[in-house]
Amino acid sequence: MTATALPTPAVAPAARARIDRDDLLMRIGICVLIAWLIVTMALPLWTLLSKSFQNQHGEFIGLANYIRYFSTPALFQSVWNSLYVAITSTVIVLPLAFVYAYALTRSCMPLKGLFQALALIPILAPSLLPAISLIYLFGNQGFLKDLLLGGSIYGAGGIIVSQVFYCFPVALMILVAALSTADARLYEAADALGASKTRVFFTVTLPGAKYGVISAGFVVFTLVITDFGIAKVIGGRFNVLATDIYKQVIGQQNFEMGAVVGMILLIPAVVAFAADRIIQRRQVALLSARAVPLLPKPDTRRDTALFVLCAVIGGLIFGILAMSAWASVIMRWPYNLSLTLKNYAFGDFDTNGWDAYWNSVLMAAWTAVIGTVIVFAGAWLLEKSRGFAVGRGVAQLLAMLPMAVPGLVLGLAYIFFFNAKWNPLGFLYATLAILVINSVTHFYTVSHLTATTALKQMDPEFEAVSASLKVSLWRTFARVSVPVCLPAILDITIYLFVNAMTTVSAVIFLYSTDTKLASVTIVNMDEAGFTAAAAAMAMTIVATSAAVKIGHVLLTHRLERTTQAWRRR
Amino acid sequence: MTGSGATAPYLRIERLTKLFGNFAALKDISLEIFPGEFVCFLGPSGCGKTTLLRAIAGLDIQTSGRIFQGGKEVSNLPSSQRDFGIVFQSYALFPNLTVSANVGYGLVSRGMARVEIETRVNDLLRLVGLPESGRKYPAQLSGGQQQRVALARALALSPGMLLLDEPLSALDARVRAHLRVEIRRLHQRLAITTIMVTHDQEEALTMADRIVVMNHGVIEQVGTPTEVYRRPASAFVADFVGTTNFLPAIVAGPGHVRFGAINLACDLDVQFGPGKDVTLAIRPEDVVVRNIAPSTPNTFTARVAEIEFLGSFCRVGLAVNGGDPALLADFSINAVRDLGIAEGKEMPIALPPDRLRVFPRQSSLP
Ligand SMILES: Nc1ncnc2c1ncn2[C@@H]1O[C@H](COP(=O)(O)OP(=O)(O)OP(=O)(O)O)[C@@H](O)[C@H]1O
Ligand SMILES: [Mg+2]
Repeated sequence: MTATALPTPAVAPAARARIDRDDLLMRIGICVLIAWLIVTMALPLWTLLSKSFQNQHGEFIGLANYIRYFSTPALFQSVWNSLYVAITSTVIVLPLAFVYAYALTRSCMPLKGLFQALALIPILAPSLLPAISLIYLFGNQGFLKDLLLGGSIYGAGGIIVSQVFYCFPVALMILVAALSTADARLYEAADALGASKTRVFFTVTLPGAKYGVISAGFVVFTLVITDFGIAKVIGGRFNVLATDIYKQVIGQQNFEMGAVVGMILLIPAVVAFAADRIIQRRQVALLSARAVPLLPKPDTRRDTALFVLCAVIGGLIFGILAMSAWASVIMRWPYNLSLTLKNYAFGDFDTNGWDAYWNSVLMAAWTAVIGTVIVFAGAWLLEKSRGFAVGRGVAQLLAMLPMAVPGLVLGLAYIFFFNAKWNPLGFLYATLAILVINSVTHFYTVSHLTATTALKQMDPEFEAVSASLKVSLWRTFARVSVPVCLPAILDITIYLFVNAMTTVSAVIFLYSTDTKLASVTIVNMDEAGFTAAAAAMAMTIVATSAAVKIGHVLLTHRLERTTQAWRRR
Repeated sequence: MTGSGATAPYLRIERLTKLFGNFAALKDISLEIFPGEFVCFLGPSGCGKTTLLRAIAGLDIQTSGRIFQGGKEVSNLPSSQRDFGIVFQSYALFPNLTVSANVGYGLVSRGMARVEIETRVNDLLRLVGLPESGRKYPAQLSGGQQQRVALARALALSPGMLLLDEPLSALDARVRAHLRVEIRRLHQRLAITTIMVTHDQEEALTMADRIVVMNHGVIEQVGTPTEVYRRPASAFVADFVGTTNFLPAIVAGPGHVRFGAINLACDLDVQFGPGKDVTLAIRPEDVVVRNIAPSTPNTFTARVAEIEFLGSFCRVGLAVNGGDPALLADFSINAVRDLGIAEGKEMPIALPPDRLRVFPRQSSLP
């Protein structure tokens, strides 16, 4: 037998991993990703920040703009208005979405699929749509106007109701996810201990969904405070930060003050984002236990009550959508209710006519394709590269930031950045490309998280196995990672398409006469008093997103069937 | 199979250290593994087995130290430039590829002809006993079958060394016992240098040519299964591998210790001076109860405090020095019957000096 205590050298030399070609290429890839995110996000924001410290002639004037902002009550009032609207909407949406999510996940009520689909409708629509519908219902000529007892829908009330409609599905999705992860064992234990249903709800259900509720709260708050379309259409004289930016920039051409408002709007969004991230991190530790999925048991009284509630909420959502649909095919509201398609002849209301729609489709398609490639490849690089901790950390941080930047602020930042004389990328200004870049950046984070989650679910040793088999990482990327993550990749593509199609705030500053988009046309036509045409355009967008979404569902279904041989379910 | 002094080691690890931040997962590890050897890294969870294996594979490069494989230094090479096949606990089979495609994954990039690849893949599948499963997907196979596919894939490029990280721990006991034999047989057939990580002592004892027992990032002992079992190099090894009695004792003189009032002869290292606190270790099956003559060394009287029937033998708790049961002994059913061993019985027993191991007293052990 061998003696294994070896004669050892006096000093052990430090090892330095020699990087192979794949490693090198991946690092270069990460650097390219960082450069991309810096150019498309960090630098524009930096330009915005510096603009807020300048006067009209581009001279540095320190905090003068900010001082003027805070000492002008008319401007400063918007901060309170925005907070008021955002908090109120959040407080209303959360319980509604919670009950709805509870019904979908924890009851045995019938028609769950239908209710789920109904609730998700608002995602397919631009935020302007509920506002337009409300105007038809409760506006100066609305047929339910009397219900307001002399009040006006224009203002905080209208904004809040529209926001509730618009944010409902987002809150719902988060809460459904939170309530789906219940551990049946906890409920069995509570049952065995003879706890009453109310007690179980408050001691088991609610704490289990706590983080979901908090997260939904932050997301809704951010959505409301940063949304521009609703306040623009139905806000009336009620000013909020988002409309202020628009007024300063488009109305008064006061870019510097616009930059100041943009920076101020960035604050609540960043704070909400940071708070949410911190709380989410805690949640991970909590959910690591191996849970037994909970299967709800029938309970006639509960199921009936929840069914009625869902029917009311779902009905309202459908009603709001139907209102716009109806308005778009009406001759002349409210005098001539005969049906017509004339409102869809967009050329009669806006010089761009249907071109705007096709611009939107083209822009959304490019965003979906380019965005998916960048996001997935980027997430893969960050997930699978080894070493290079600094580069990966920086890229990871940059990838998370877009979520905290409101679309309006990003759009404004793009004006300053791509318009700057020193910028060699200036040629992009007023092209479709800048709209695509803006949208890819604006929706980067959610897509990135989707991709990262999918990649994390793959066995972490695939790359190690490939290396031992002398197969390049790229081949494994194409042969394994992409096919395995295909459902997530499709999700990302559709998410990008639908959001690019419906967004207003991210693009309102960036279109040119040739690249005007459908969603922007809605704002313009509404401003010009062509509300029916605006409703018609909104419906075209809804129809397009819905068609794409249905296509997605069918495709996913097929994919599941053709790959079920190897996909574990 | 084990290396003799004459052959050069296939794998040589020199003063390997791996730090995660301030935490040292491997501390100055040196080791030699000989061509064709089957070596098991054995140790409790978190002792650094996987870390050592991954350093050998180049997957997580060590902080310092050197590694030589086949006479060539590979210390700083990325894993793509090293020569090994690897099987992970999760198998890491590509779920979207058929079994054949998985096994042939590395062959395709070699630029081999289709027919050649097919032949090779079929050979490999036959080798691991799955000749019919080429068209299936991994999800359609049982855990044990998946493990074999992973093994076939790792062997596809005829690597110089096979690395297995807890390959059997995800399987149920029966499949595990079966695969143990198969892997061992495969190894004998291919004579490929193999390192297997495990925390299961039985696995290590039955499969390995040599066992590397690790604890807290250091190697406690390297030796054949018999050596490790019979002559554990430390109290930790004695405790971790098999069952051992630990008895507190004091060195009485050269070759003698006192265990309570009992004087015991044993093989005593010169490092233990008189009066030093030591721990005696003896396996339960080494406690002698038959054929005790007055001349038998280390004989004393013990009282049977408890008996546990374990099928082919009984585990008996013995009280000595008039105290609580301090000593476990395994007696055959025959002995129990012949000697009429029952609870409360007082009888002479002997601890053979060559079976007694003496270790420095550590606070963590009795
Ligand atoms: N990436 C890492 N970062 C920090 N610490 C690590 C990392 N990987 C391993 N460790 C630590 O190094 C020690 C050794 O880990 P290793 O995975 O080698 O253990 P192991 O012996 O294989 O254990 P097990 O039987 O649980 O697999 C552990 O304490 C572990 O927490
Ligand atoms: Mg391990």
